[in-house]
Amino acid sequence: MSTLTGILGATDAPAGLREDSARPLLPLRLEGAVAQVRGRVLVGPVDLTITRTGVTIVMGPNGSGKTTLLRLMHGLQRLSAGTIRWNVPDDVARERQAYVFQAPIMMRRSVLDNIAYPLILHGVARREARARAADWAERVGLGAALQRGAPVLSGGEKQKLALARALIRRPEILFLDEPCANLDGRAMREIEAILLDARAAGTRIVMATHDMGQARRLASEVVFLYGGKVHESAEAGAFFEAPGTPEAEAFINGEIVE
Amino acid sequence: MTRRLVLLLAVVFAGIVAASARAEPIRVAVTTSFQNSGLADVLLPEIKADTGLDVQLIVVGTGQALRLGAAGDVDAVLVHARAAEEAFLAQGHGLHRREIMYNDFVLIGPAGDPAGIAGAETAAQALQRIAAAQVPFVSRGDDSGTHKKELALWNAAGLAPTGGWYRPVGAGMGATLNTASAMEAYVMADRASWLNFGNKGGLALLFSGDPALFNQYAFIPVNPDKHPHVRADLALKLEHWLASDRARELIDGYRVNGEKLFTFNAKQP
Amino acid sequence: MDSIFQGLGQAVRLIFTLDPDLYEIIAMSLRVTLSAVAIASLIGLPLGAWLAVNRFRHRRATIAVLNALMGLPPVVVGLFVYLLLSRSGPFGVLGLLFTPTAMIIAQVIIITPLIASIAHQAIRDLWAEYHDLLISMNATRGQRIRSLLWDGRRALLTAMLAGFGRAIGEVGAIMIVGGSIEHSTRVLTTAIALETSKGNLEFALGLGVVLIALAVAVNLLIHTLSGTERAPAW
Repeated sequence: MSTLTGILGATDAPAGLREDSARPLLPLRLEGAVAQVRGRVLVGPVDLTITRTGVTIVMGPNGSGKTTLLRLMHGLQRLSAGTIRWNVPDDVARERQAYVFQAPIMMRRSVLDNIAYPLILHGVARREARARAADWAERVGLGAALQRGAPVLSGGEKQKLALARALIRRPEILFLDEPCANLDGRAMREIEAILLDARAAGTRIVMATHDMGQARRLASEVVFLYGGKVHESAEAGAFFEAPGTPEAEAFINGEIVE
Repeated sequence: MTRRLVLLLAVVFAGIVAASARAEPIRVAVTTSFQNSGLADVLLPEIKADTGLDVQLIVVGTGQALRLGAAGDVDAVLVHARAAEEAFLAQGHGLHRREIMYNDFVLIGPAGDPAGIAGAETAAQALQRIAAAQVPFVSRGDDSGTHKKELALWNAAGLAPTGGWYRPVGAGMGATLNTASAMEAYVMADRASWLNFGNKGGLALLFSGDPALFNQYAFIPVNPDKHPHVRADLALKLEHWLASDRARELIDGYRVNGEKLFTFNAKQP
Repeated sequence: MDSIFQGLGQAVRLIFTLDPDLYEIIAMSLRVTLSAVAIASLIGLPLGAWLAVNRFRHRRATIAVLNALMGLPPVVVGLFVYLLLSRSGPFGVLGLLFTPTAMIIAQVIIITPLIASIAHQAIRDLWAEYHDLLISMNATRGQRIRSLLWDGRRALLTAMLAGFGRAIGEVGAIMIVGGSIEHSTRVLTTAIALETSKGNLEFALGLGVVLIALAVAVNLLIHTLSGTERAPAW
């Protein structure tokens, strides 16, 4: 289907684009996807489909390739083999995703200007962008810190800022790479609440974590990575109740960390 | 912050634009010795008052002054190196050579005069005594008019100065005098530069007066046939003034510490 | 030591007697140098940023050349600009030799590599920090460079001030292309060279003190206007 649209788009670009923007971004299909750096395979080959709704939690021990898999899907990591196909052409797809990094990247600007930045990039007038950013800052609990410099925020505040900045353009899919890795329990709950709101508003969530509790609270689906390969891709309840592989079982029981 | 910086930049650019709109003046390449004599400070305002000419001096060595003339970068030159001037004319770079005035070179050295040149009868004899005593002598060594004159004098004395005592520094008159002052060395300078020099230290004027030390200044308008933009009309106007009685009065009357520096000798055609 | 104290005394006297010739020379120094810094920044800052964010075939070589150009002797630049602007040179018809414009051109050539190189270094570090974010947000190449220049503005201001420092104290090049013409192209540094050649060492030193005071004043002014030292360090 997407191949067909690609061909139509090439012959009649404006109509094709209009059609693309009306089409849903998902599902995302990975077929034999491999990420290889200097001859070493980091991830793959992976076959995986991200459907239209829900929260996918990517789990696995350290070094299993969680980050690489997320970056591969988002297009930050070059694909060495196989295919990754969105339901729309790639250039359109990039516009409709967002990504939150494990170590949040704070631009050297105020909180307000950080959150407004994606809107400014897409040609929204500065005044309107700032108004919407202030609204989002309020929603994530940064309403009192609008004019503070983003680089001096606490770890939890930085992650909330990164979330607001990622969500402000209403992405259809949001990738998160261990957003709560260094946060205390309260900050973690606040962030989870924001994610649940986003999900309710229609944003598909794909998140890497190795926090078992968080995975159980959020997941509708789990992808278990081990040694760069998908060992299991299952509905959340089934995965936690009856893991299909010995490695997954050992991981759930806390026996594999590295 | 941005707005203020932008404002600052705007002011700077406005300054550039405003400054480029200015009347075209006449440019004359002159030698360092002329500029350092202080005579220019007396003559330029008078020239402006009498002729309306805004004379801009490019102060360089004789060699570079003639280069600037040949390239058409100045409208006239005022220099003192006869052989080089005649070569300049022979190549068609100048309209003609007009002698204006002369000053003289003097021999400077440590006040104690270890080589005993103060009692010499001629410049040649003074140089021979310096060479014989092997006392430090600082030379311009920069191919300037003064340097060429110094070499001609050594030649006339039958000497080719070499050895550790002879130190060419490759610098202008002022820098050379500063070096000689620091080293307590002998040095040849034009009288004007010496009198106006403020860092004499332990140096003193030891020998002067030999006609071999006279230093003729000549004015050469650059040939407009080679460079059409050259303001030969202005250069001729300036030349006319420099050869006038008014100039004679000012040049002959110019004194530094009560001493006369220049002698006017322009001939009326 | 006496000479040094006399020089300092001269400087104080010069500044407070409001000598019109001195103010003319200061104004010319500022006009030439600030213009050169403005133009060199317009070229050097985006160039440095561009080199930081782009990968191309001869990138390393380009950066090496840029760094080497920082060490270019001003006299060589002066000679080069002289040969270009001389009436017998390729741009002789413009009649720019011995004008402030010629001095600005020479200074731009001297300080652009310095400004570009410092900017490149600062922007490269910032780009390493921002890379994933800007790629993820699909920022265009122009948007990336603009964002990096804006967020790196403090470091870029430092680059500009370094360029200012090099230009305001430069004498070799502007002597050749400007000619140090009184009331026309004479600036503080060429005036210092002239007074030194006349042996007026105290006066020359006095002018030197004025030059340093001017450089400090400009630095303070820029910092005050941009609020660098007041706002938090982020």
